[in-house]
Amino acid sequence: MLEAIGSGLYGLVAGFLNMHWSNPIMIVIGMILLYLGIKKDIEPVLLVPIGFGCILVNIPLAGLMEQDGFLRIIYEAGIITELFPLFIFVGIGAMTDFGPLLENPKIFLLGAAGQFGIFLTLALALALGFTKLEAVSIGIIGACDGPTAIYVTSQYAPHLLGAVSVAAYCYMSLVPIIQPPIMRALTTQEEKVINMGVVKKSVSKTTKLLFPLVVTILGGLIAPKGLPLLGTIMLGNFMKECGVVARLTKASENEIANIVTLLLGISIGATMDGKVFLTPQTLIILGLGFLAICLDTACGILFGKILKVVTGGKVNPLIGAAGISAYPMSARVVQKEGQKYDKKNYLLMHAMGANTGGQVGSVMAAAVMLSVLKGMGVI
Amino acid sequence: MDNWTFGITMIVVGMGGTLLTLWILSLLMSFMKRIFPMTKEEK
Repeated sequence: MLEAIGSGLYGLVAGFLNMHWSNPIMIVIGMILLYLGIKKDIEPVLLVPIGFGCILVNIPLAGLMEQDGFLRIIYEAGIITELFPLFIFVGIGAMTDFGPLLENPKIFLLGAAGQFGIFLTLALALALGFTKLEAVSIGIIGACDGPTAIYVTSQYAPHLLGAVSVAAYCYMSLVPIIQPPIMRALTTQEEKVINMGVVKKSVSKTTKLLFPLVVTILGGLIAPKGLPLLGTIMLGNFMKECGVVARLTKASENEIANIVTLLLGISIGATMDGKVFLTPQTLIILGLGFLAICLDTACGILFGKILKVVTGGKVNPLIGAAGISAYPMSARVVQKEGQKYDKKNYLLMHAMGANTGGQVGSVMAAAVMLSVLKGMGVI
Repeated sequence: MDNWTFGITMIVVGMGGTLLTLWILSLLMSFMKRIFPMTKEEK
């Protein structure tokens, strides 16, 4: 009898007794993520489920990430299969207006330059001793695009998924703090006040409709391994532009995106088990992710300077900073920064063009990277 | 393949491939803007 009572009582305290030293720390980290999402408004729709998922998975004996645990089922259904980031991409495509980019297609190149940080960080991660596929997953933080980072990491370095995702989403929302000092340092007073004029509306409906098809077919042929990423974002955009499937477009940008964001967030949080997450590697990944975004910004601005010279001074290099994919945040940062030096300078629509170019650029960079890896026999 | 060769290849082919692809896309889109200008109704 007493033995039975003892066993029963043990059942009530077993959770406390089985706590690993890392679990309380991770619960605090989960709470910090919740705080950042709720109080600081840093990507709340993602950080709240990630933070909560992190707390859930660090409570011992619940077995939420073990076979048949509900977080494991969600993780395997959406992250291992890569479906969640792809569904999110359909929504992103449906929400994005590529009009400002198509008004001035040469600023597409800024979207390419804004991805150079991916490859430079990849090389740095290799130099620091990470394996090839780990380095690829760390470099992709520089895409400044959460779903792309999740897509690549879940395939090639799933053990880094928690750190990479948290870094990608946190740094994306810190773009207004990270970018301005780099923008100020790399541009001259004369460059900062270049007025690019008003963006004229000159893109026909047909061109807008053909854009997603051209990107899908050409991008798919050049980098077939990245076609799931390219195809889904362009499907969303095609549905938006064709105008005859308003119900599907609305569902993609609202209901589907919302449900998938919740499931994606909670399953990323579920990868943040203290025993796996609390390693020096995580700190290095966070540092490299920060560096990747700084390098992206710097490369975008430097390429903006090249465009300025090529176009005879018509391009303000500041818009190069929007070549990263943090849409639309970095475009707003450019507008704000430009107006600090000339109140009548409206760079927003030009920066939006570079920013949407960065969105295509980040997906294309990931697609190119995967296809190069495949070509080299690494994957 | 050693890490050094891998890193340099990724920088050269990765950055170059991304830039080249987006440059081709920008040319194609400029071309399409010319072929399909805005109609009177759209203006």
